[in-house]
Amino acid sequence: MSQLLLDVNGLTMQFGGLKAVDKVNITVKNRQIVSIIGPNGAGKTTVFNCLSGFYIPTTGSVLFKGKEIAGMKDFQISRQGLVRTFQHVRLFSNMTVIENMLVAQHRHLNTGLLSGLFKTPSYRRLEREAMDRAVFWLKEVNLLDSANRESGNLSYGQQRRLEIARCMVTQPELLMLDEPAAGLNPNETKELDELIIRLRDEHEISILLIEHDMGLVMGISDHIYVIAQGMPLADGNADEIKNNPDVIKAYLGES
Amino acid sequence: MGKLYNAIFSAGIALVLACLMIGVKLDTDGTTLKVHGASPEQWSWIIGGIALVFLSQLFADQIDAAFGKIPKPNLSNLIPEGDKMVRLKPWLLAGVFVCMVIWPFLVSRGSVDLATLALIYIMLGLGLNIVVGLAGLLDLGYVAFYAVGAYTYALLSQYFGLSFWVCLPISAGMAALFGFLLGFPVLRLRGDYLAIVTLGFGEIIRILLNNWTAVTGGPNGISGIDKPSLFGLEFSRRPSEGGTTFHEFFGIDYSSTYKVIFLYLIAVVLVAFVIYVINRLMRMPIGRAWEALREDEIACRSLGLNRTAIKLSAFTIGASTAGFAGSFFAARQGFISPESFTFIESAIILAIVVLGGMGSQIGIILAAIVMTILPELAREFSEYRMLLFGLTMVLMMRWRPQGLVPMKRPVLELK
Repeated sequence: MSQLLLDVNGLTMQFGGLKAVDKVNITVKNRQIVSIIGPNGAGKTTVFNCLSGFYIPTTGSVLFKGKEIAGMKDFQISRQGLVRTFQHVRLFSNMTVIENMLVAQHRHLNTGLLSGLFKTPSYRRLEREAMDRAVFWLKEVNLLDSANRESGNLSYGQQRRLEIARCMVTQPELLMLDEPAAGLNPNETKELDELIIRLRDEHEISILLIEHDMGLVMGISDHIYVIAQGMPLADGNADEIKNNPDVIKAYLGES
Repeated sequence: MGKLYNAIFSAGIALVLACLMIGVKLDTDGTTLKVHGASPEQWSWIIGGIALVFLSQLFADQIDAAFGKIPKPNLSNLIPEGDKMVRLKPWLLAGVFVCMVIWPFLVSRGSVDLATLALIYIMLGLGLNIVVGLAGLLDLGYVAFYAVGAYTYALLSQYFGLSFWVCLPISAGMAALFGFLLGFPVLRLRGDYLAIVTLGFGEIIRILLNNWTAVTGGPNGISGIDKPSLFGLEFSRRPSEGGTTFHEFFGIDYSSTYKVIFLYLIAVVLVAFVIYVINRLMRMPIGRAWEALREDEIACRSLGLNRTAIKLSAFTIGASTAGFAGSFFAARQGFISPESFTFIESAIILAIVVLGGMGSQIGIILAAIVMTILPELAREFSEYRMLLFGLTMVLMMRWRPQGLVPMKRPVLELK
């Protein structure tokens, strides 16, 4: 049996009297693309924030590779191999593309003050390896030509791709993308589509996706969860979701 | 219309301030206080000043335009670009270093002494630059770490007779420890809140030093602190018991100038060391992490960077630099008291960082030199020192807010 990579059970997040997320269950297997969809304000990003440790869920368990991660600090969770992007691009915009990629590898690189001060051979080797990894991923997202540019000067689509590359260079097992196609033109969306599939098939990672672009979601998802008003509404593969009357109602309103 | 209003308003404020501060004088006459008005001559000055404020506000745009036409000095253009710089740099640095070493033998004792003071401020500025300029944490109590360094050396030397060279790393370590202890609880605060807490911390240290009379000597301070020695050679006129003096060893006449020059040379070496370390740090992962954290904290957290550890490292390293400077300061002065570590010192160091250009090392070095030498040159105006200081700040922020030499990041390039 294939082990579950991520197993979310009864996840609830309460802000005062408001239940933003109410008993949501999600499972992600190895090498799977799973999407979360739902109308605006349904609580999708809140789910992401709970999974990535930005919020501590009120109740519920989050098992990642069989280990409970609910309640861990954000940076500890990302070190377990669960990394996310943001709805709005968050790059270090005054730094160059390659520097962005190196900051992401901070914990592999930051071995000790003294070795860095004296540029010991082991420090140089680590830095070279980090550079090689950065170059590899920049090539993957087709940004190698812009490696020395300031990341704030890249086009929006390039910034989106850099954000994904910056996550991938940390060598995650589960990548969580929060509306990666927002603001992209159809061409760029198609490239993103191909990139996500390549991440699953060639680099063998799983992806958890929040997206409003239904074409993208229906085309690439292995499994889809629908959330409305914080509560799970439906789940299934693309065809099941498309034909589910509850989902249609939630999106189009009752007639 | 808004302009006119603005001008009247500014002139009004100038009037109120001038009347209160210059126009009215209190004198004691026996046991009573008497109020004197200003002399007619002073009144004409006051009116002239107010007219100036009024006109400069009314024609602010035209004045700005006129100033805009004057080409701004672009100091960063003086630095050659790219490849040329890479080849020239070691020679340039070596040249500067040699000049710094030869220079004190050619000038007067007073100038060497002043240069030593400037070097201390360079150290402090560079240290605070790590915290404020690179990591973006506003620290208003930086002088506390300076005090910790100074008192560490003074106390260890007084009670245990330890030498300067032994105490130098200990002082840096103690200041780092204080930085760590303060940083641990407060670094979860942001911006303004952090500034207030550090401000309080600076005052706590000063008041502690002032009141813990049994150990620190209170307001009387500690005097007779040992001067540094050169491999055991002392720079005093007469050797201490079992010691040898520098002039006896080399068989030359005693001159107090040797001591001053020696202190200056130590300061040069310390500054060179600090510059080297900070330069390396800025190019190391930790330096990049400081900048990344300043730019986007949330992104850093999502990438597995432990923000507390990173901020703490900036705070600790900055504090240890101040400790370094502090112990040297104590050794140079031979006397320290809480008077030397008031809030105004923190403000001056922060002003050096801001005037120089946050994050920019060359800028900070220039600003530190300017800030120590200008008050000396303008001794006659010593009463108006703070006034001039404020004026410089206002003018700088108005016309060159990015500092004397704006920061150029050491960009990592992919070849």
